[in-house]
Amino acid sequence: MARYLLGRVLSLIFVLFVVSVITFALMHTVPGGPFDEGKQRLPDAAKANIMRKYGLDQPVWKQYLNYMWNALHFDFGIPYQVPTETVASLIAKTWSITFQVGLMTVTLAFSLGITFGMIAAYRRGSWVDTGVTFFATLGTTLPNFVVALWLILGFAYGLKLLPSGGWSEPENWLIPGVFSKDWILPVLAYALAPMALVARYTRASMVDALQSDYVRTARAKGLRDRTIMVRHVLKNAAIPMVTALGPIIPDLITGSIFIEAVFRIPGLGKYFVTSTFNRDYPMIMALMLLIAMLWGITYILTDLAYVALDPRVRLGGKMR
Amino acid sequence: MRKPRTLWSDALRRFVHNRLAMGGLVLVVFFIFLALFADVLAPYRYDKADFSKVLQFPFVDPQHPLGTDEVGRDFLSRLIYGARTSLTVGLAVQLIAFSIGIPLGAAAGYRGGVVDFVVTRIIDVMTAFPGLLFAIFLITVWGGGLEKVILVLGMTSWIGVTRLTRAQFLTLREKEFVGAARAIGATERRIIFRHILPNALTPLLVALSFGIPAAIFAEASLSFLGIGVNDPLPSWGKMVGVSSAYIRVYWHVGLFPTILIALTMLGFSFVGDGVRDALDPQLNL
Repeated sequence: MARYLLGRVLSLIFVLFVVSVITFALMHTVPGGPFDEGKQRLPDAAKANIMRKYGLDQPVWKQYLNYMWNALHFDFGIPYQVPTETVASLIAKTWSITFQVGLMTVTLAFSLGITFGMIAAYRRGSWVDTGVTFFATLGTTLPNFVVALWLILGFAYGLKLLPSGGWSEPENWLIPGVFSKDWILPVLAYALAPMALVARYTRASMVDALQSDYVRTARAKGLRDRTIMVRHVLKNAAIPMVTALGPIIPDLITGSIFIEAVFRIPGLGKYFVTSTFNRDYPMIMALMLLIAMLWGITYILTDLAYVALDPRVRLGGKMR
Repeated sequence: MRKPRTLWSDALRRFVHNRLAMGGLVLVVFFIFLALFADVLAPYRYDKADFSKVLQFPFVDPQHPLGTDEVGRDFLSRLIYGARTSLTVGLAVQLIAFSIGIPLGAAAGYRGGVVDFVVTRIIDVMTAFPGLLFAIFLITVWGGGLEKVILVLGMTSWIGVTRLTRAQFLTLREKEFVGAARAIGATERRIIFRHILPNALTPLLVALSFGIPAAIFAEASLSFLGIGVNDPLPSWGKMVGVSSAYIRVYWHVGLFPTILIALTMLGFSFVGDGVRDALDPQLNL
């Protein structure tokens, strides 16, 4: 077990290393740089000064080593777009917004998705099941910006009930400090796809579990349906669900560029796009490494959850 | 005499009896029809702008039944040509993905050893990353445009095909029929192309039927962000992205392309489900 974990952590470090090299190399293969003049030409001396300040006058491999050395000491540099901040503080600030949206989305998607999936599995073949299956297909196929646009057209411009976008300060919330109307449409638009996926997987794995011998045994013993569903079916159905659904979570908490663009939310996704456009090297590096790390950690956690839920599984044996 | 039944005729029978799949097929055929005959169907060229008729509402002017866009281009024509952009990307991306993925996955799965090790590591690194984010990064580095979009999406979508092919080859090469073929002295080439590959075809076909809409989805998303297809080439995703500035009043510039995206995605997804159920009736998800 410990050996298995060590192996996974080492491979994560390897992946992070490769991601950092590829990102750095790709950023620098293209001619030009972050401080290329637009309309106004900078005096040569001033430009040289800026380049020196950010270490851009050094050879690329040296810049890479400098960056990695500092990153290992938790110094991720200064974003060129907002020189008054550090990369770490800017990510912390914007990510807290993205994280908030993500957390609400995860909560909504999993609670409703599992509920609908369970009902659909329990009443297999009924109109509820057909309805859930239909909406699940809809949710997994539609791009979230399409859903977002429909919600805006309907609820913001049509019914004029909810704001079409923006992110207000806590004092302007509907219930100050607790709840803001700004959250409803983005979270709905964002949650539909994962909710559909969760419902689909819940239904599939519960249908499997419902047909198993232990459920028949439980029925024969005369247990109540609710006890069977929760104690026997849900518990066993949870195993395939964890592996299938775990990877949704890092996706959700790193946010959706599209949702943030449509609803004008000042989160992480917005900076991913602007950073790549403005060739904000330190910011791109930090974001790429952050995302790769989150994904890697999630896969490891998923494996661990697998062991916790299913005692038959032994890690570190033959790799799949 | 009883008619022989093959895998394919059985699959076709199951597909035809699947109502959702046939419904999806109608949508997909309609979409392909739009893309192929755009030149005949569209009343105007997609780039013909009339600055005296900017942002007209639909169903008002009979010359522009679906209105015009922000520079006075006929909206109906742009929607029809948009289908062509989507289909081009969908097919071209899968062509790249399969022509990288199949040989690489086959080599890794069949040969094992060093080849497999290297390929698996590459897959590991590439899956550390959501494909679309990587695509966004590559496009902002290399620039947008139809060809670049196809190239970048191709580069991010071969991973799935490789992994699938590798897994198929890994299991199939241990099967008795491969051992038997080897025992009677079949060449390696023959084993790979005549024995293993045809048996791996079913899951690959399913992957293809889901891969095309995935590529269409990705193109729409990139163009939506404004880093996909360049003007004046129409793309439904781009039309949605541009619409956000006008949509409060001119709802049609946002609504129509989203409806087409939705119908296309639904059509492909029903067909994909149908293909999977038809070819592999045991799989039930």
